[in-house]
Amino acid sequence: MRSFSYERAVDPAQAAARAAEIPDAKFIGGGTNLLDLMKLEIETPIHLIDVRDIGLTEITETEEGGLRIGAQVTNTDLSADSRVRRDYPVLTRAIAAGASGQIRNKATTAGNLLQRTRCPYFYDPAQPCNKRAPGSGCGALTEGAFSRQLGVIGTSETCIATHPSDMAVAMRALDAVVETVTPNGMTRRIAIEDLHVLPGQTPEQETALMPGELITHVVLPAPVGGQQAYHKVRDRSSYAFALVSVALIQQADGTGAVALGGVAPKPWRRAEADAELPNGSRAVMARLLEGASPTEENAFKLTLAERTLAAMLKEG
Amino acid sequence: MSPPIDFVIRRRTFLAGTAAGALAAGLTTQAQAQSQTAKSPAGPDTTTVRLTVNGTAQEVTVDNRTTLLDVLREDLKLTGTKKGCDHGQCGACTCTVNGSRVNSCLSLAVMHEGDEVETIEGIGTPQAMDPMQTAFVKFDGFQCGYCTPGQIQSARAVIEEIRAGIPSHVTGDLNSEIQITDEEIRERMSGNICRCGAYANILAAITEVAEQGTAGEDI
Repeated sequence: MRSFSYERAVDPAQAAARAAEIPDAKFIGGGTNLLDLMKLEIETPIHLIDVRDIGLTEITETEEGGLRIGAQVTNTDLSADSRVRRDYPVLTRAIAAGASGQIRNKATTAGNLLQRTRCPYFYDPAQPCNKRAPGSGCGALTEGAFSRQLGVIGTSETCIATHPSDMAVAMRALDAVVETVTPNGMTRRIAIEDLHVLPGQTPEQETALMPGELITHVVLPAPVGGQQAYHKVRDRSSYAFALVSVALIQQADGTGAVALGGVAPKPWRRAEADAELPNGSRAVMARLLEGASPTEENAFKLTLAERTLAAMLKEG
Repeated sequence: MSPPIDFVIRRRTFLAGTAAGALAAGLTTQAQAQSQTAKSPAGPDTTTVRLTVNGTAQEVTVDNRTTLLDVLREDLKLTGTKKGCDHGQCGACTCTVNGSRVNSCLSLAVMHEGDEVETIEGIGTPQAMDPMQTAFVKFDGFQCGYCTPGQIQSARAVIEEIRAGIPSHVTGDLNSEIQITDEEIRERMSGNICRCGAYANILAAITEVAEQGTAGEDI
């Protein structure tokens, strides 16, 4: 690990201003992903700004009837909140499907959104990776590479990494909004669909956040009701990342929302696919995965996604 | 590639090396790390932290890079908490911070100012074991024992988490009381790996303590 200095932030605006002032500074919350990456020297901040104790640990109700989740609320506290369990069960289910009990106790809401990919080529500094070392190439797209876990859609010729979060997939299905504070003290709201950006030619750029911008809250709209479920398919039944995951909100009239995890660089949802829900899983996935470019090793994910949704819709 | 014998010799030399030798090796590594980058910390690279461990107030001044696990083991000599993978995957380093179980390897010591940490040394002694320790002995919940402190710390917290109504991946109804079942315990213990494969006996031990209803009441 490289040497760094450390400070405890005073409030969100001060934290953002400090982060913009010091090049190569990073915020730290739970640190369960950042510290891991620092040990491997994939992340090499020279300064850490601790943002756990700046008043962002509450879940409050909004005037619109939704919830405003502090960025430093832990995964455990968010999944266990009685309002979340009752009104947003897809979110509780998604969080409980991720990581281990120890990690959920420490990992935070904003940290979960901003965690890095678990692509094995990103994680191995001996391998080429355009995300970790721009211009070095993509190890996952070389002959004989291991791409089984990696992305099938929204990827590019420079990067096929996936976003590893479960929580974010549920938040995408719920149309959550991310609130931030910028280094000049302004606040802004970013729809969760716009938070993560596709790799294109710049896979090192993963979000729409500007340097120093700090996530302060995630806002859930008023409860949408319906049947909510999160199904995660993985190589072992616990403590593993998704091959494919599906967040589903289905209303009594058959309409609803479908978001996928494990297949793309961001939680993957399309309005035109949601519109096909009354027509079944095949129709949904034809739209949702249109334009997919899987590798030979991970083409199975297209079928798996369709069959997972079919099981959730209790087809056949 | 070097023949294997070279590796063996170097390793022995390193392990048996004098304190001066080890120090020199450390300096070389640090110098190499620094020469790879012009970036240096924006401020002090050490911090003084005050925390309570097993009820005793402690003050340590540490390199900011030091994990809670390394402070426990290297500074406070509480070696019951184990280092397995050092990446949060195995759970051997599990201890509780302010009553909540965490991977101490994935936590910087400087972030524990004012915290109350409890390690395996704090929950019982050979003469007066915690009920979970007694149950692990009774059911042979281990073979080599390396993962055991983490398993026991995690197990005590699992029972508390179920009683606190924190749902898991296998919980049925999210809005009613969670039952303590084999499935719930197994799912919640998935962050603790046992290479000897004592899982069946670990499950039996946890189940007995859960049924006694006595575990972790002092957490």
